Amino acid sequence: MLEHYLSLFVKAVFVENILLAFFLGMCSFLAVSKKVETALGLGVAVTFVMTITTPVNWLINTYVLKEGALAWAGLPAADLSFLGFITFIATIAAMVQLVEMIIDRFSPKLYTALGIFLPLIAVNCAILGAALFMVERDYTLGESTVFGFAAGIGWFLAIVAMAAIRYKMRYSNVPPGLRGLGITMLITGLMSMAFMIFSGIQL
Amino acid sequence: MKALLKILEKQKPKFEKGGKLQRFFPLYEATETILFWTNDRTKQGPHVRDGLDLKRFMMMVVVALLPAILFGIYNIGFQHYKAIGQPASGSEMFVFGLIRFMPIVLVSYAVGGFWEVLFSIIRKHEVNEGFLVTGILFPLTLPPTMPLWQVAVSISFGVVIGKEVFGGTGMNILNPALTARAFAFFAYPGKISGDKVWTAIDLAKDKLVDGYSGATPLLAASGTESGKLATDAMAAGGFDWMNSFIGLIPGSIGETSTIAILLGALILIMTGVGSWKIIFSTFAGGYVMASVFNLLAGPESTGMFTLPAYYHLVLGGFAFGAVFMATDPVSAAQSERGKWIYGFLIGVLAILIRTVNPAYPEGMMLSILFMNVFSPLIDYFVVQGNIKRRLSRAH
Repeated sequence: MLEHYLSLFVKAVFVENILLAFFLGMCSFLAVSKKVETALGLGVAVTFVMTITTPVNWLINTYVLKEGALAWAGLPAADLSFLGFITFIATIAAMVQLVEMIIDRFSPKLYTALGIFLPLIAVNCAILGAALFMVERDYTLGESTVFGFAAGIGWFLAIVAMAAIRYKMRYSNVPPGLRGLGITMLITGLMSMAFMIFSGIQL
Repeated sequence: MKALLKILEKQKPKFEKGGKLQRFFPLYEATETILFWTNDRTKQGPHVRDGLDLKRFMMMVVVALLPAILFGIYNIGFQHYKAIGQPASGSEMFVFGLIRFMPIVLVSYAVGGFWEVLFSIIRKHEVNEGFLVTGILFPLTLPPTMPLWQVAVSISFGVVIGKEVFGGTGMNILNPALTARAFAFFAYPGKISGDKVWTAIDLAKDKLVDGYSGATPLLAASGTESGKLATDAMAAGGFDWMNSFIGLIPGSIGETSTIAILLGALILIMTGVGSWKIIFSTFAGGYVMASVFNLLAGPESTGMFTLPAYYHLVLGGFAFGAVFMATDPVSAAQSERGKWIYGFLIGVLAILIRTVNPAYPEGMMLSILFMNVFSPLIDYFVVQGNIKRRLSRAH
């Protein structure tokens, strides 16, 4: 059992990195990767939100939304899965509010550094993506917790590496037209090429 | 030489500021400094009192590559005559190899050099000698049968996307030669992997000896069934440790001979151009990881688990990558402690991929690229750690 969770973890972090293999969560990845410290903060926040929202969404999906999920309430024919998107997003938004309050209380410095991007985690597609993968792949509650956490760690790893690269690139003489987002996109592509090292591993 | 110098001096005003061909100054500068010492002094401090500039530095790498290049050329011919079963003298083999090798190098230099010069003219920087190294490293990682147009496309990708978009030599993130190699690997897998490409033969004309298989020893080992020894599978293909060490095996042009590469490593370390820390820790990482897999090897695991550590280090591109690719001073970790971590992880990852990833028999190229991506992060944490330690000492 433990082995199964471990392989799921490794797979979600390295083999199918949510950012570098699926390109989810690009907007905050591109915008908040200028400094390593901020990237660390955002990475932790995203990991935290993902670890909580994925199992919470699993519960909602399994006991409320899925076809036949409402059997316990005497409604075996009900199928609310068309409400999936909106419910998942609502859960995520609520969780983000919680994280925001916690960070504001315990680390005001990080709170100001993250600025607008903290509330924007609510619409970070990586987080919604994790919830949707969880539904599509029929994970159990334990699996979805591990998957949410691992996908978050994968995202964390990618953004921190990117921030360190951009820190190193302060002295690079990038052609004017490519400065900023352009070169960041190119680096993302090169990074995901390097991450291809793990593609093909069967776990 | 003197006449040449006179001609050059005569042309100089045209290229200098206000001259007719001022745009092409980088071209002139490159020609002049390759042939002669320049008379220009550094105008602002700091004044380095050593003759070791970027050009000498990079030329040293090319010198260190010479044993591997010469052996690679010989080996192309050796594998060819072995495959068709004809006896041939050493010089015949060498000439055959030269005929196969030179077009690849020339295309690599010509096309890569074109981009380098184009960027240096438009962006007004000097032509960087870093390209002299990239342009020879890349062909050495290719099989001798690589189609020339693919060489041209790949080196273009490596030079432009791998280096020039970051501002040229010294500012790139990934090793440009390996970026080109990885591009070729993913774009043209049929011409750069498998067992058909490593020996230069013409299937229409050449008659092959019985039992010929073009597989590299690593490919032979990775095909081992579970429960059997990888060394046995290699021996069945006619490979043992000694001929892998000397390098008379099929493979990429420059990677086969560990002994020639170690000779290059010696030159790099003695001149201080390559970091011995990275070379040593890469080999150490590979050795440790391979030993771990040997311990883990059971009856159900694939045969690759049983390949002894000292075999891993002489097979495939491990030695070549460790000595010439991982030590690239630009894309490697810069901090001294970071170099140990960086090298060790390259070794570990390369063996890990060889053993557990069925998609690739060889993992050296991608593991170096992977660690290139993470080397700034390693440096960052090493520096932060140093700051913390010194601060705590100050209190």
